[in-house]
Amino acid sequence: MSNPAFFEFLCRMGDNTLVLGHRVSEWCGHAPVLEEDIALANTALDLIGQTQMWLGLAGEVEGNGRSADDLAMLRDAWDFRNVLLAEQPNGDFGQTMMRQFLFDAWHVSMLEALQQSSDARVAGIAAKSVKEAAYHLDRSGDTVIRLGDGTSESHRRMQAALDLLWPYVGEFFVADEVDSAMAEAGIAPDPASLRAAFDRRVADVMSEATLTIPESDFAHKGGKSGFRHSEHLGHLLTQMQWLQRAYPGASW
Amino acid sequence: MSSPNSAYPDTPDSETPPRRHEWPLWEIFIRGQHGMSHRHVGSLHAPDAEMAIKNARDVYTRRNEGVSIWAVEARHIAASSPSEKGPLYEPSESKVYRHPTFYDIPEDVGAM
Repeated sequence: MSNPAFFEFLCRMGDNTLVLGHRVSEWCGHAPVLEEDIALANTALDLIGQTQMWLGLAGEVEGNGRSADDLAMLRDAWDFRNVLLAEQPNGDFGQTMMRQFLFDAWHVSMLEALQQSSDARVAGIAAKSVKEAAYHLDRSGDTVIRLGDGTSESHRRMQAALDLLWPYVGEFFVADEVDSAMAEAGIAPDPASLRAAFDRRVADVMSEATLTIPESDFAHKGGKSGFRHSEHLGHLLTQMQWLQRAYPGASW
Repeated sequence: MSSPNSAYPDTPDSETPPRRHEWPLWEIFIRGQHGMSHRHVGSLHAPDAEMAIKNARDVYTRRNEGVSIWAVEARHIAASSPSEKGPLYEPSESKVYRHPTFYDIPEDVGAM
């Protein structure tokens, strides 16, 4: 492989959308109201669609003939490069929407920056994805505001969700050697450069939602490097991959 | 008269307020790519107008159906009563001369 860091970066992008997309799809048929059920399924499908593009390009860059499906269905937990936030369980509906909002707030800034990528294929995928992500952010932000500034019960649950998930946002912004190589090549932005816009977006929504952002900057890490995923990823993969594992090559 | 069920006059009116956990009902109108007017496509529940538009986007425009959405709370629609069907609509049945089928419409006029 001529560019292992580029492959790694593309897996990070694709694994984020794949794992979160699968998580969101777990709501299908279970959401509190029909309208939210359909909206969540749409979000999940958008994310899986983006995964096809990112992992498709990853396979191309790797040059070993692996397709997006191969990468999605035939790798084990330690090969996944998604941030820990994406694999966290759904919890209640509020927790799912909080996870979605925190992801979307980063995702939109990231995709906006990637539209200027020195690699035209990356810029193209970003341009297509950013419209979907902007809608996701709009919707998840609105829902966080309404539930945070809702009843005392919904407020309590949203604050608990924010407290639970906040330690997972730091991982987005900590650069490692892959990120540095990408920034140097002009393929992707320095992760830390996205922090200010993220903080602004989150602060605006949380203040309208009457929620308090935790003061601690402690950040769980190990997802995007693949060093240490949480136990939840393995369980997710058994669900997501079982068909390809049990019936190799099955298609319809 | 406008009432909670005025968009659905066949549903019996009830004096009891809607259940507390029920979001209000919204009627959704969508203008298609080449449509000239918004058409009623169905209804949905939403806590407020902004979410009604978003829900409509997710429920009714998944297959590229529209370029514009209107949402109106169902209780704001004034509707005719089915029991008045006779007096309201039957008189026009015998007045075929009101149809413009007796005229040749020049092509320049376009869609009417």
